[in-house]
Amino acid sequence: MSALSRFLRTPEAVAGAFLLAALFAMALSAPLLFPGDPQAIAGPALLPPFQAWSLPLGTDRLGRDVLAELFHGARTSLAVGLAAAAAALAVGAVIGTLAGFAGGLVDEVLMRITDAFQTVPAFLLALAFVSVVGPSLGVVVVAIALGTWTGPARVARAEVLSIRERDYVASARAVGMHPLAIAFREVLPNALPPVLALSSVIVAAAILTEAALSFLGLGDPNRVTWGGMIAEGRTVLRTAPFLSVVPGIALVLTVLGVYLAGEGIVEATAVRRGLS
Amino acid sequence: MNRALTLIRRRLVGSIFVLLIVVIGTFLLLEAAPGDAVDAYIVSTGGDAGMIELLRHRWGLDQSELTRLASYLWALLHLDLGQSVTFSRPIRDVILERLPNTLLLMVSATALSFGLGSALGIYAGARPGSFRDRFLSIGSLALYAVPGFWLGLVLIVIFAVDLRWLPIGGIETLASDKTGLARAADIAVHLVLPVSALGFIYLALYLRMMRAGMAEAWRQDFVLAARARGLSRRRIVLAHVARNALLPLVTMLGLQSAQMLGGSVVIESVFSVPGLGRLAQEAVAARDTPLLLGIILVSAVLVILINLLVDIAYAFLDPRVGASGVDA
Repeated sequence: MSALSRFLRTPEAVAGAFLLAALFAMALSAPLLFPGDPQAIAGPALLPPFQAWSLPLGTDRLGRDVLAELFHGARTSLAVGLAAAAAALAVGAVIGTLAGFAGGLVDEVLMRITDAFQTVPAFLLALAFVSVVGPSLGVVVVAIALGTWTGPARVARAEVLSIRERDYVASARAVGMHPLAIAFREVLPNALPPVLALSSVIVAAAILTEAALSFLGLGDPNRVTWGGMIAEGRTVLRTAPFLSVVPGIALVLTVLGVYLAGEGIVEATAVRRGLS
Repeated sequence: MNRALTLIRRRLVGSIFVLLIVVIGTFLLLEAAPGDAVDAYIVSTGGDAGMIELLRHRWGLDQSELTRLASYLWALLHLDLGQSVTFSRPIRDVILERLPNTLLLMVSATALSFGLGSALGIYAGARPGSFRDRFLSIGSLALYAVPGFWLGLVLIVIFAVDLRWLPIGGIETLASDKTGLARAADIAVHLVLPVSALGFIYLALYLRMMRAGMAEAWRQDFVLAARARGLSRRRIVLAHVARNALLPLVTMLGLQSAQMLGGSVVIESVFSVPGLGRLAQEAVAARDTPLLLGIILVSAVLVILINLLVDIAYAFLDPRVGASGVDA
């Protein structure tokens, strides 16, 4: 049985894939369905949902179309989540491989640096970084990656430690391959699967951190973010709780989709590796 | 006892290096910030160029980066974190004033998530594959996907705005002269919502770890042996399966502490709890970088201490782990 059919047989994984597909559809169709500026005024302020056909989810405190904001927010969440996770995985895999393969002093120094990053609460670090450099999409991505690369680094290092004594590494040494070439061409690719298994957790954490940062007003001010929408709605929480609740539900469904699909993929592929 | 002492000594030596990296790294990061404490001060008070020069000189900001890092480290040795511009007070005093609220929030949230999470995990893991197992497993995954700050807002809407059962924020009723037990009860009532918002997310984590650990333990030989000895199912679950699944959760407790400190930044902001996290946000808003640096350092020390405590607890709980077994 192929990994794909195993994936499709788990109801949780299918639900996750469905949620993610919906999210990607939202993100990709946002500029087509809502071509204008989502932050522009579209109608009367604080229009409740399901009142007007043109504004199905109503408007916020400034009269902006909530549905349009929701669609454009999906773009930000997805872009930041994927970019930050990719950066964290890449940096973590490289540092973990270097530490594990070099050993000795290099390993010691790199692992103490990893310790230091794990000792400072990741969210505080992200907060400090964004406040120093100034909020923009790229800065938020780096800020999130700063706090999340340590997990992949530790996993990669542990994996490399077990790989570096294998025969094919010894033979690569014997034929005089450069140590860096061995580390990145022979060892790193083989250490990747357990590191990649972390991706769903990291993407989910990145999406939640982005939301929390923009909730505190540290997101890119030129982009709609779900966290920013929740913060906006908070000012009218008593009269229009809907404005904070809806983007929050979108966040929960997104993160849930990432977890479910990720778990499904890991399980479907792990079984195959176990059998072969 | 000897074992624990060796462990503490080794961990403390390692921690000093880690702290040093944290101090230097954070110092250099915050140095890169545009504007300094004098700019922040002048914005709030006003002043001319001569005043700016004078202040820069008095606060030592006209010296080189390296000199200032050295004098910062020297002051740190005397537990001096410098002076906060926004509060016009020593940073140490400001932080110490806010720290208890954050600790109270964290300890309560940890107790909630660890206690309830592991209990529900045992309940789910006692019968793997049963309806309650699947229900709790999916429910906890959904809970784990909820952003804490949003959960906080939803709790406020339900319990503080609609039902009016609980206060909307703050750590205690302002301008009340409650003392002793009455004050403690007042604080407890104020803490219910923020602790729930912070704790419920991690509850899901402990539940899932417990469940996974128990699923693993069920397959072990000692469970088979316990069954063969004719022990009751209840006894097998509690004394053999759950006990073995509990140890990784204790490790998680330490790893989680840094994340929980980070999470409390947002939760404190949602519920206006005057703690360390809210202070960090105030420091960011006021561009008070020395204050932010102090908060990050104190958080790092806190995380190191919590992990040390967890390691010691672990050494006592698991007889297999000697001082040499617990590695950094």
